[in-house]
Amino acid sequence: MTRKSLLGGGAIGALAIAIASVVSADIGDDEQLVVNGEIEMIIETAAPDHLEGHLSTIYSGWVFRSDETQAMQADDFDNPAFIFVDQAVDAFNTEMGAEGNSCASCHSAGDFADTRPTYPQWDAEHGEVQTVEMQVIECQTERMGMEEPYAYDSQAMRNMVALIASEGRGQVMNVAIDGPAQSTWEQGREIYYTRFGQLELSCANCHEQNYGNNIRADHLSQGQINGFPTYRLKQANLVSVHNRFRGCIRDTRAETFSVGSPEFVALELYVASRANGLTVEGPAVRN
Amino acid sequence: MADNVTPRVRVPREASAGDSVSVRTLISHPMESGQRRDGDGNIIPRQIINRFTCDFNGQNVVDVTLEPAISTNPYFQFEAVVNETGTFQFTWYDDDGSVYEETADIAVS
Amino acid sequence: MDVSRRQFVGTGLVAAAAFFGLPKIASAEGLEEAINAFTGGADAASDGITLIAPEIAENGNTVPIEVEAPGAESIMILAAGNPSPDVCTINFGPAAGRHAASTRIRLAGEQDVIAIARMPDGSFKQARQNVRVTIGGCGG
Repeated sequence: MTRKSLLGGGAIGALAIAIASVVSADIGDDEQLVVNGEIEMIIETAAPDHLEGHLSTIYSGWVFRSDETQAMQADDFDNPAFIFVDQAVDAFNTEMGAEGNSCASCHSAGDFADTRPTYPQWDAEHGEVQTVEMQVIECQTERMGMEEPYAYDSQAMRNMVALIASEGRGQVMNVAIDGPAQSTWEQGREIYYTRFGQLELSCANCHEQNYGNNIRADHLSQGQINGFPTYRLKQANLVSVHNRFRGCIRDTRAETFSVGSPEFVALELYVASRANGLTVEGPAVRN
Repeated sequence: MADNVTPRVRVPREASAGDSVSVRTLISHPMESGQRRDGDGNIIPRQIINRFTCDFNGQNVVDVTLEPAISTNPYFQFEAVVNETGTFQFTWYDDDGSVYEETADIAVS
Repeated sequence: MDVSRRQFVGTGLVAAAAFFGLPKIASAEGLEEAINAFTGGADAASDGITLIAPEIAENGNTVPIEVEAPGAESIMILAAGNPSPDVCTINFGPAAGRHAASTRIRLAGEQDVIAIARMPDGSFKQARQNVRVTIGGCGG
């Protein structure tokens, strides 16, 4: 596979208002992603209304990866993330907590088709936006009587979130941005467009203005999270959304927010909404 | 013993006698290469799967020697000739002496 | 994460900072030794063996490769630029189908991947492909 020359490319930090004219050989390659021969993924679609003036088309991160990496996601056996999903299935069926229940006592895995596509979402009972991880912790502490629920970014939690995401594959992302979640969403949007760190980069500088370009040897995607938790070849393990946010902000040489922090919850809600219209791919395979 | 070492295998459910079927195998294992250092600068000792075998109804299909350059969660895909219904036997050998096994059946007509 | 970025990148073989702290790359002699141990110094023809590897590997931690040598008894894979060149040796038994295999390997940097097949008549075949390994980048 050869990397054809990349066109366009504003300098990092350029505040281009125009829709990114950066073109990469990958976009428009006419490739399709069908997982296991049956789950048809939407990898390119019109951007949601709230992105008007910023992006006209949204692309899954899958589009930006090499042919070999793309091929690894096409099948649940070749996709190494499923080792971890299998581990989560075992955990799902294991009793934990004072109540003596397992997840399976109340849920079947099939219940989660709508979870990844609609989370983060407003939880009326707790008066806040919740991510999937927060929901798992809530179940474990409030309903299962676990004294030590899974830590937010632990292996066990990532495995479980991957299992939950996998059940939603092929469903269209549809995260609510209005109603009680609106102020959190707006907070997330502000963070997205804020420059951080010594390098003074915002999420938008790379992922909105320069997707398709390379930053050093990395081929930038639009930074969508419909494929999370994702199996990264680099870590040879699942990587969660907040972990990736931390990595990105750290890459700007800033002190980052913590996983599970309200800032990252807000950012996750906003970033998830930028993918409204794409299908859930998690757990995906990325570089 | 490495934690959470789980094998996964995939073979077709059925085939015709004489077919060469595709077999895929994966095992979750860190494949610690012995090149990495920990936070204090000490070498993290090597611990890898060093050998993998696959037999079908007692006959050897492949016998693979693995070195640290095989990626984490070692993956192998290969082909086996099946002449009769039977069982695949998969075995992975760890540096520390642990042995992991898995089987898979195939119906051959 | 308390673990430093360096450690987090799979094995020490690939790291954005590998440039500065990479252990000794396999020397030409080390590679030749490894090959001779397998071939006994015999020449290898280049037909009858196929090695498929990406021209550019997205990440050196996990590089998918495929090798096939019809009729071969065994195939040895080497990475010319790794700290140690041996990657794996696949021995085919009587129940093997096509004498081919796919796997995923670690490459420490741009280098040649070499496949050598030993045939039942004692002859050898060799295929070689250069793989560029991308390292370094914001996500990388």
